[in-house]
Amino acid sequence: MLGKSRLYWKNVFEGYAFISLWIVGFVVFTAGALFGSFSISLTKWNIVGTPEFIGLGNYQKMFEDEFFWKSLQVTILFLFNVPLNLALGLFLAMLLNQKIRMIGFFRTLFYLPSVTAGVAVSLLWMWIFNPRFGVINVLLKNIGISGPAWLGSETWALPALIIMSVWGVGGGMLIYLGALQGIPTAFYEAATLDGANALQKFRRITVPMITPVLLLNLIMGVIGSFQVFTQAFVMTKGGPNYATLFYVLYLYQNAFQWFNMGYASALAWVLFLVILAFTFLILRTSSSWVYYEGG
Amino acid sequence: MAQQSLEQRREQAIVTDFAGFWQSRHRQDQVLRAVVYLLLVVGAIGVMLPFFWMISTSLKRPGTEFTFPIEWIPVPPRFGNYQTAWTILPFNLWLFNTVRITGLSILGHIVSCAIVGFGFARIRFPGRDAIFLLVLATMMLPYPSVIVPLFILFKELGWIDTILPLVVPTFFATSAFYIFLLRQFFMTLPLELDDAARVDGCSTFGIFYRICVPLIKPALGIILVFSFMHHWNDFLGPLIFLSDLDKYTLALGLRFFQGQYRVEWTLLMAASLIILSPCIILFFIAQKHYIQGIVITGVKG
Repeated sequence: MLGKSRLYWKNVFEGYAFISLWIVGFVVFTAGALFGSFSISLTKWNIVGTPEFIGLGNYQKMFEDEFFWKSLQVTILFLFNVPLNLALGLFLAMLLNQKIRMIGFFRTLFYLPSVTAGVAVSLLWMWIFNPRFGVINVLLKNIGISGPAWLGSETWALPALIIMSVWGVGGGMLIYLGALQGIPTAFYEAATLDGANALQKFRRITVPMITPVLLLNLIMGVIGSFQVFTQAFVMTKGGPNYATLFYVLYLYQNAFQWFNMGYASALAWVLFLVILAFTFLILRTSSSWVYYEGG
Repeated sequence: MAQQSLEQRREQAIVTDFAGFWQSRHRQDQVLRAVVYLLLVVGAIGVMLPFFWMISTSLKRPGTEFTFPIEWIPVPPRFGNYQTAWTILPFNLWLFNTVRITGLSILGHIVSCAIVGFGFARIRFPGRDAIFLLVLATMMLPYPSVIVPLFILFKELGWIDTILPLVVPTFFATSAFYIFLLRQFFMTLPLELDDAARVDGCSTFGIFYRICVPLIKPALGIILVFSFMHHWNDFLGPLIFLSDLDKYTLALGLRFFQGQYRVEWTLLMAASLIILSPCIILFFIAQKHYIQGIVITGVKG
């Protein structure tokens, strides 16, 4: 203690002073809230009465609750949008990494949907997917195909929401583009001299060099997909016949429509654990496919 | 025999011709470029189609959106739809509420995340790196996982139907992503700056406020744009914490509009377009900052 200089203690004091805002925020809004959520999850509580302690009863109930399983299934099926967006985003980024005229204009166009979100976009897509007058089915009709009922169809509602998510592919595309532009051109020049063809260059240079960004997009995509709410709430309300009962929608219904605070909190904790497990799994396997330069 | 060999020769000639054509680098580039352009143009039309559809519908006379074939450019365009949609419900009040929440949230994020980011980037103290890892780990915490306890907390505080539940947390550096972004920017500034200022008798807060913050203004711009987009479009938060119509944000109001006037797609699209336009305009104004922010996320993440 005495060995430490005055400067050391000054730094300790000032360092913690600067991050104190975060510490308070973390204790109250993150750690505290998580702890609170867990405590509530051990009770049966409709918010007006007193909470009744029921141990792990809510978690037990989940196992028997078919809607819990359904919502988990819907959300995991929706995860299909992640590889789709990863592949399409990379393809688009490679197209937009060419030195051709008007490239800035194209980049802006493809990125534009990513700056829009929320209720307005959900309403727009409801209208696009309108079975009789929506633009998709009208265009399909022009080429002689009678389109499905989309959001009104148990089979097509989830694919419709996946199509809608692909519209925002520009967000991931831009992250790839940044990575692609960070690859030294010397790598490609050397490979060309050695007689490598385009496919070999893609597999041996491009892909390894962008794996860190691929990992980032993968994790962000998975975390985001588990939290889908607005689209489901505005466009389908979970229907038809629970075909789009997303996990967070079911959580919301339990908490704020039926006031099952205890059960909703148990759902919240399971969501947290599932996301943690997925992220952990991806990170664990990443060391075998992600390439870090100089590390 | 002779016949066959002639045919073979001809075939061969075609093949070599084609190979010659293909082997020329110039030709290869030209063909490739044409394919890229074709894909880009087709893709761009597909991406823009929803926007065209939205604009087109918003300019139609209510009722005519249900006609075949699609009338892409309505004659005459009904610009009056925008005024009708906006005044049919108290959108001006909701605009005011949204601006207030969004503005204060941006301020909260910028002030708190800059202070915290500076602490992580430029002061050396024990436990710093471990705590920073914890900051990054909170990115994995889904917001829906904590809405129940937060709702109960804010209800106990009597904050329901006020802007406080949406605004106050932003002043406590609750966005790990913004902290991370600002820390990266603070780390790029040379440490000699701090030393020189210290010799001149500047305090640490002075170094932060007078020297470092002015140098990372572009980063603050990025955060301004990102958090604007987030809070302007936020739906789950306002849905839970606001129930009085007078307290609604634009997103909630639009949802209410949908429930009230279900089939009026022309007016719904007009209102949606008005609500989306600030995001699109801001994107065009701040395009450089915005793209830079995203690229940094990828490169340094």
